[in-house]
Order: sequence, then C-alpha cells, then structure tokens
Amino acid sequence: MTDLAAPEALPKPKRDLLPVLLPVILALAMAPLIGSASSWVTLTVASLAMGMMIFIMASGLTLVFGLMDVLNFGHGAFIAVGAYVATLVLLPLAGWVQADSLLLNLAVLAPAALLAMAVSGALGLVVERVLILAVYGQHLKQILMTTGGLIVAEQALYALWGPQIIPLPLPTSLRGSFIIGDIAIAKYRLLAMLVGLVVFLGIQLVLNRTKIGLLIRAGVENREMVEALGYRIRRLFLGVFMVGSALAGLGGTMWALYREQVHASMGNDLTVLVFIVVIIGGLGSIGGCFIGALLVAMVANYGGFLVPKLALVSNILLMVAILMWRPRGLYAVTSR
Amino acid sequence: MTDLLTLSGVHTHIGSYHVLHGVDFGVPAGQTTMLLGRNGAGKTTTLRTIMGLWPASSGQVTLAGQRIEQRATPDIARLGIGYVPESMAVFSDLTVKENLILAARDAALDDSRLEWIFGFFPALRRFWLSRAGSLSGGQKQMLSIARAIVEPRQLLLIDEPTKGLAPAIVVALIECFAEIKRRGATILLVEQNFNVAQQIGDSVLVIDNGRIVHRGDMAALAKDTALQEHLLGLSLEAHQ
Ligand SMILES: Nc1ncnc2c1ncn2[C@@H]1O[C@H](COP(=O)(O)OP(=O)(O)OP(=O)(O)O)[C@@H](O)[C@H]1O
Ligand SMILES: [Mg+2]
Repeated sequence: MTDLAAPEALPKPKRDLLPVLLPVILALAMAPLIGSASSWVTLTVASLAMGMMIFIMASGLTLVFGLMDVLNFGHGAFIAVGAYVATLVLLPLAGWVQADSLLLNLAVLAPAALLAMAVSGALGLVVERVLILAVYGQHLKQILMTTGGLIVAEQALYALWGPQIIPLPLPTSLRGSFIIGDIAIAKYRLLAMLVGLVVFLGIQLVLNRTKIGLLIRAGVENREMVEALGYRIRRLFLGVFMVGSALAGLGGTMWALYREQVHASMGNDLTVLVFIVVIIGGLGSIGGCFIGALLVAMVANYGGFLVPKLALVSNILLMVAILMWRPRGLYAVTSR
Repeated sequence: MTDLLTLSGVHTHIGSYHVLHGVDFGVPAGQTTMLLGRNGAGKTTTLRTIMGLWPASSGQVTLAGQRIEQRATPDIARLGIGYVPESMAVFSDLTVKENLILAARDAALDDSRLEWIFGFFPALRRFWLSRAGSLSGGQKQMLSIARAIVEPRQLLLIDEPTKGLAPAIVVALIECFAEIKRRGATILLVEQNFNVAQQIGDSVLVIDNGRIVHRGDMAALAKDTALQEHLLGLSLEAHQ
C-alpha cells in the first residue's frame, strides 16, 4: 500500500461534533434536577448500559437501510429469536448459571450469546434471500413483507415455546452491584456497557480501517458508483444484513438477561424503539445510531425518574425534537 | 481502425420513458471520440447504458468482441472500463486516498502512476488525506477522473467533465485526456463546449432525440463551418 508523505498542514475539514456533545450536555443538565449524586450516577449508568444494548440491536438496521435503502420492519424478529435461542443454552445449564463462579457463568453465557448470534445471522441469510430479494427498491412491499415476517416469526416462537413468559435469571456473579460510597453500580450494567463499547469500536474499526468497511461507507453514499467501480454490492449487502441480524440476536440475548425474561412480543416492542434510534441518528450513520441509542436510553431513565407519566411518549418527543433540529437525523449520510 | 466499443440498435427505457431510439456507433480503439448533443438528447443515458446502469431494452453493446448489454454493472466495469459520471460521484465521506484505493480494486496503489496523475492534478497530492467532500468542484472532478485512471483501463467513459469549471482547470483536463490517450486508452467523452471538444476529439458523434444524427472526423467537422452551424444548432445552442 502506498503511503505518500502526508500533505502539508491543511485546514482540517470541520467535524460535526455537536451531536456527540448532546448526551454529555443532557447528562450534566439533568444532574441538578435529579438532586442526589448517587441517583444521578445510578441513572446515568443505567442509561449507558441500556443505550449500548439498544445500539447493538439497532446497528445492523441502520447499515441495511443506508446501504440498500431497505426498510426492514422485521428486524425485531432477529432480536426475539436471539433471546429464545439463548435460553436453549442458559436454561438446561441452569446449574452453571446459578453457580457462584464468574468462570462458570461466563462459560455458559458466551456460548449462549454465540449460538444466538449464529442462529439470528443464519436466519438473516434466509430472510434476505427469500423475503428482501423479492422486494428490492419497493418500500411499500418491503414494509408489508417484513412486517409480515415479524408476525410469522412471533407466532412461530409462540408455537415452539408457548405463549408464557420465560424467566431468565441473571448468572449469580453478575447479580448485585459494586458499592462505592453511597453509589451502587449494577454489575450486569457494567458488562453490558463493556460489550456495547467493544461492538461499537469493532464496527468503527471495520468501517474505517478495512477495505470492506470503505466499501460499505462508499455504498451508503452512492451504491451505483460502487458498482461502476466493479464491486458487487449485493454480496456486500448480504454480508452486512447477516452481521446486522447476528448483532440483533446478541442484543436480544443481552436485553433478555437485563429484563430477566423472554417473551415473543419483545421483537415487536423493540422494533419500534430501534427504528426511533435509527431515525434519530440519521439513516445509515453508525455514529448517529450510537448517540441516538444513548439519548433514547437517557430520556427513558431520567424521564422515568423525573416525570414518570411522560415515560410512554418520551421517545417520540425526543425524536420530534431531534428532527425539528435536524430533519434528516443527527448525521445525514445518504444522499437519498 | 477497429472499434473497441460498438452499439447497434440500442434502445433504452427509463421506466416507461423511451430515451434511446436505436443508437448505432463505434468507438475506434486508441482514439478519443466526442459525443455531442443538446440537453436531454440522451448522452448521459448512452453512457449509463454502456455501464449497465440503465440496461438496454434491446440492441447490442459490444466491447472488444464481447457482448455486454446483458451483464451486470460490476462485471462490465471489470472488463476494463473507467467511468466518470456527470455528477462526479466522489465518495465524500472517504479521503482522496480511500477513493483511489477503492478505484484500484484488487491492485495496490501504484506510486509511479500516482505521480503521473499528480502531474496534472497536483491538488490531489495536497489533499491526499482530506475528505473528498471538502474538495472544491474542480478538485472533485479531478478525483473522479483520477479514480477512472488509477489503474490502466482500456476504455474511459467521461460525462461532461468541464461543466462549470474554471478555464485553467479545463486546460489541465484537456492535457490529461491527451496523456491518457497517449498511454493507449480509448476514450468516449461527452462535451457540450465545441471549442473544447475540438481540441480533444479525433472523431465526433452527435446525438439528438435518442438517435445518432452525425458521425465523422473531428478535423472534418472543424473545417466544415456550414455543417458545424447545422449541428451546433442541434447540439450546442442550448449551451451557449
Ligand atoms: N431519471 C430519469 N427518469 C426519467 N427520465 C429521465 C431520467 N433521466 C433523464 N431522463 C430523460 O431522458 C432524456 C435523456 O436524458 P440524458 O440525461 O441522457 O440527456 P443528456 O444528453 O445527458 O442531457 P444533459 O446535457 O442535460 O446532461 C431526457 O429527456 C431526460 O428528461
Ligand atoms: Mg447528461
């Protein structure tokens, strides 16, 4: 690879940092309203953890839209399927889950998450080939097709696992909190933040440092030109769709453990949330999706604490406010 | 002189709109062929049809003896075509370098070839690590052309490269196209400015209403003022 000498000092193109500051500003602005420092820390950590999980679930969706203009209203199916598949490992090995050993706990969590990702990813392959391929470039049909797919998936989960809520206890060593002074930080939330951060950095690394990543970013902006340069964007899209589905499965597993329960309706509920995040972030923008997920989680947590009655509409209000400020979301990437 | 590219009886529809009505022409190997025509005549559609972006609904497109009208765009590109679209279509979120890395496909960037490109487009060296979105219009055009020539390609399709550019940049582009030809590439170039077209072209095609209405030597057309008037009326009036 060529590495020609860096050019002489240039006026660096301005990076648009305002959206990045938004969560920070929001968190700081909430501090005086919330009053107690320990509540503020708890709520902020809860927001970050929840935001990271939502980000993991939403990241694939934003790339799928950005790259191929495909509206996948069935994305939540991958989330729910991931959670159910994880129970296939977590419930039979309940002994390891309950053991008071971090090693044993992780030894069951890791394969559960990996299996969830594998099955969701494979399901993504089938869905892309069977459902999405047939409705390329037709938004209305995409919405009908993928919404239908979500209903079928939900009913299939009911048929296989029954309609009842499946309790999914957290592994013993991830229960409880670290106590620092009068501040309590839930252990599982820390883990969720860690995993979310790893996924975010991993995606950034791929997008910015690999040729596949360059192609994805170029394709989000102008897929015709990517093809005119000689790349088959359909294959790239299939890959992105599968990885996005697998991440949704991972997010679903993490979410189920966070809620300590699995239910087929989670796919439906989370689809709405994930779409709000993707729209707030700007369709196709991973950075925007990350910030959007944090904002949604913060509004849910701070809002739920300060004005519980607003909880149901807070996400919508946030979306309206952001779109009034930036009609195409925090970061507008696609030219469409 | 054999033709590297031929179109025969090519019809193209955009949706239900019939744009090309039986386009026939050949592009001689190793030459620069100018495609002229007034706004909306079908120049861009012709180039997009060759690239498979708006595939021909009937007729034949042949590149170096191979039929390509049924092939997918990436496969057509990989036969060795560099395409510079009217909109330039640089990837604005990527740096100049990254744009060229993608354009080079499987090959690594070749230093001596880059030096050759920097020779006529020094701005690209200066902005090597800047986002393409931060470049000026002329610099984006340079990048778009650089993308098409970063590796040797047998055929270049270039759509109105001088549109809206300052005269100094136009001079650089003319020099660049001459250099590319000297290195053996064949060029099909859309240009509305006859003055510029005259300096670049070996042969000339005029398209109107989706049909080729004139084909011949550029030198002959440059001398024949009466024909020029007639074709200019058809092709260039809207531009003046
Ligand atoms: N996306 C489109 N959908 C429908 N019709 C189109 C589209 N793009 C172009 N056309 C029509 O096709 C015809 C040919 O357009 P084309 O862009 O090929 O012309 P052109 O010769 O390149 O013109 P210009 O000099 O303005 O670039 C025009 O009548 C135009 O209105
Ligand atoms: Mg045009």
